Amino acid sequence: MAVHTSQSVAKAAGDDVARGPSRGAGTTPGPFRRALSTHWYAWTMVAPVVAVIGVIIGYPLFRGIYLSMTDANERNVERSIGVNHMPATYEFVGLDNYADALTGDQFLGTLGWTLVWTVSCVSVTFLLGLGLANILNRRIAGRSVYRLMLILPWAIPGFVSVFAWRFLYNEDRGFLNRILAGGGIDAVPWLNDPTMAKISVIAVNVWLGVPFMMVALLGGLQSIDSAQYEAAEMDGANAWQRFRHITLPGLRPVSATVILLSTIWTFNMFPVIFLLTRGGPGEATQILVTQAFKFSFEISPRDFAQSSTWGVLILVLLMLFAAVYRRVLRKQGDVW
Amino acid sequence: MRRGITATALVATLALAATACGGDSGETGDKKASGKLSGTVTWWDTSTVGSEDKVFKKLAEGFEKKHPGVDVKYVNVPFGEAQNKFKNAAQSGSGAPDVIRSEVAWTPEFADLGYLAPLDGTAALKDGKDFLAQAAASTKYQGKTYAVPQVIDSMGLFYNEKIFKDAGVEVPKTIAELKTVSKKIKDKTGKTGLYLRGDDAYWFLSFLYGEGGDLVDAKSKSVTVDQEPGVKALKVVKDLVDSGAAKTDATDGWENMQSAFKDGKVAMMINGPWAVADTFAGKEFKDKANLGITTVPAGSKSQGAPQGGHNLAVYAGSKNLDASYAFSEYMTSAESQALVAKELSLLPTRTSVYSQPGVSDNQIVGFFKPVVDKAVERPWIPETGSLFAPLVTEYTKVLTGQTAPEKGAKATGDQYRKLLKGWK
Repeated sequence: MAVHTSQSVAKAAGDDVARGPSRGAGTTPGPFRRALSTHWYAWTMVAPVVAVIGVIIGYPLFRGIYLSMTDANERNVERSIGVNHMPATYEFVGLDNYADALTGDQFLGTLGWTLVWTVSCVSVTFLLGLGLANILNRRIAGRSVYRLMLILPWAIPGFVSVFAWRFLYNEDRGFLNRILAGGGIDAVPWLNDPTMAKISVIAVNVWLGVPFMMVALLGGLQSIDSAQYEAAEMDGANAWQRFRHITLPGLRPVSATVILLSTIWTFNMFPVIFLLTRGGPGEATQILVTQAFKFSFEISPRDFAQSSTWGVLILVLLMLFAAVYRRVLRKQGDVW
Repeated sequence: MRRGITATALVATLALAATACGGDSGETGDKKASGKLSGTVTWWDTSTVGSEDKVFKKLAEGFEKKHPGVDVKYVNVPFGEAQNKFKNAAQSGSGAPDVIRSEVAWTPEFADLGYLAPLDGTAALKDGKDFLAQAAASTKYQGKTYAVPQVIDSMGLFYNEKIFKDAGVEVPKTIAELKTVSKKIKDKTGKTGLYLRGDDAYWFLSFLYGEGGDLVDAKSKSVTVDQEPGVKALKVVKDLVDSGAAKTDATDGWENMQSAFKDGKVAMMINGPWAVADTFAGKEFKDKANLGITTVPAGSKSQGAPQGGHNLAVYAGSKNLDASYAFSEYMTSAESQALVAKELSLLPTRTSVYSQPGVSDNQIVGFFKPVVDKAVERPWIPETGSLFAPLVTEYTKVLTGQTAPEKGAKATGDQYRKLLKGWK
C-alpha cells in the first residue's frame, strides 16, 4: 500500500512539471524535488482520488482500446464457470477493426443518421428552449406555475417517460392514434414506419431536452443587465433589434456551453433510442452507441472487439468536435 | 509526527475501503451431508407471465415438499431477455441461476460457451429412453447431454371461429387461400385477417419452409437463406402486409399480436402451444370452442413449421449442483409433464405421458402432436440461436419497405457466412 501511494505521488508530481514548461523546469531535478517537498501533503491527499479515478475510468478506457485491437468475442475470451475453465484465445489484430469499420458502409451509414439525429435534436431543443425562456422571462400571470410544469419532463426519470411515450406511440392501442381515430384520421405508424420512427424518436428527445435548455437559458437571460435594454429602447431599437443585439450576445456564454453539452448527450443518447425502437424498424433509428451495444450484448456470439472499436471511434469523434467547437468559440472572442 | 499521523490515517482509510469491497462472499449452496439435499436452487423460468407462470411456479415449489431441505427460488425472466441475461450472468459468474429454462436453440450455444454442466450420469437424467428423439436431439452437444427436454412445440394457425362464421369463410390451407379469406373477412366484418409478427423472425420460418427453403443446410455446410426460396418467402410476407391481408408491427409484436387476437380485432395468427393459455384468457375466447387451430398455411412448394421447445439446463457454476440435477429431473418427470400438459396444453417430451388420462384427451395436445412429428428440425449447432439476429433486421426492413426482398436475403446470407466460418 505504501509503495502504491508513493508511486502515485511521484507520478502526479511529474505531471506538474510537465504542465509547467514555462517555468523552465524539466531538465534539472530541482523544481521537481522542490515541488515534492513543498506540496507533498497535497499530493498525498490527492493520491487516493487519482488512484480511484485511474481504476474506474482509466482501466475500462485502456481495456476498451486494447480490446478494439484484438478479435475478442464471446467464444474466445477467458471464462471460468464452475469446473469449466477456458483460457483466452483471442489475438492481437492491430488496426484491422478500425479499417473495417471505416471502410464498411455500416459505420458510416449509422454515423450519418447519428449526425442528423444530433443536429436536429439539438437545434430544435435549443430554439424551443430559447423561445420558452424568453416567454417565461417576462412578467406574465402564473409564471412560476408554467416554469414548474415545463420542468416536469426533467423531473421524471428518463426511462419512465420513454416508456410512457412508447405506450402513446403504439399503433393499435396507443393514446395518440386513439385521439386521431376520434378525429377520423387513420392510424399513424409512429414507430413502425422508418421515417415516422425517426421523427418520433427525435420528438421524444426534444421533449426530454427542452427543460434543461429552458432553465439554462432562463438563467442566462436573467443575468443580462436590464439597463442595456432600457438604453436600447431609448435609442429606438425595436423588439427584434433588442433580441438580436442584446439578448443573443448576452446569452453566448450560456448557449455555447449548453449546446456543447447537449450535443454530447444527444450523440450518446442511448435510452431514448433503445427503449423506444431498439434501433428499429430494421436499423432505421440505430445510432452509434445503440449499435455498439448491440454488438456487445445482443448479437451472438457477442463481438466485444467491434463494439470497443465503435466505442473508441465515438470518443474520438466527440473529442474532435469539442476541440473544434472550442477553437471556433475562442476565435470569436469567448474565453471558456 | 505529522507524517506519522497522515500515514496511519491513509492506511486506515484504505483498509476500510478494502474490507467494504470484499463483503459479498456469502453463498447459499450447502453440500449435502448424508445424501439429503439442501441449499437453494434458483430457477429462471421463461414462460408467459399471467398464465403459464403460475402453474410452473406452483410446480417448482412442489419440489420443496419432496426435499424439505431445499429452498426453490422461482424467478420469471421474460423470454425475449432470458438468453442475454443468462449470458451476462453466466460469464461474469454472479447472479446466474442454478437451473435455466433454455430454449432448444440456446442450449447448444450455452453448452459451447461452457456455461452448462454435462448431465450424463447425474440424477438429472432418468428414463432417458422415454424422451422423444426429436426433443432429446437439441440437448446433445459434442457427444454429451447438456439439458433435459421439458416441453416440445411447433406452430399452427390459430383462428377465431366466430369471425370465420360471420364472414362465411372456410379455414385456409394455403397462403393463397389465406389471402382470399382475409379479403372476405375485411369486406364482411372490417377486421384484419392475419397478424404477422414483424419483430421476430421465428414467425417467418413457416413461410420460408412453405417455399421449400431453409436458413442453412448443416449437412452440406451451406447457407441457403439467400437462395430462390428465401427471396420468394420474403416476397410472400411483404405481399401479405402490402395487400392488407396481414398487419404487423416493428416493436411490441408479442403483446400487440396477443391483444389483437384476444380482442377479436384480427381473425388469425400463427402461434404455438405456448400461446394457448394466454389466448384463453382473452374475452373472445371465454368460450374455448371459439378458438380453432389448424396447420400453418402451405406455400407454393410445401408446408412446414419449425420444431421448438424448451429444455432445463444446469449452470456449470452452480454452487448446488446436486439439488439442481434433482430439480431438473423433478420438473421433467412424467408426473410433472402430465400436470403441465393438462393445465397449460403444453406438449410433453416423454412418450409415456401422451397416453395418460387428461393428456390423451386434451384437444390441443392432440392437435399439435402430429404437427410436431412432422415439424422441421433445425440443426442443433451452437450458431442456430445466432441466426435470428441478422435475419430479423432484414426481415423487418423488408416488411417496412426499407429494402427489397432480394437484397434482404442476400444481406442475411452474407452475415451467416461471416458467422459460420468456412460454410458455402
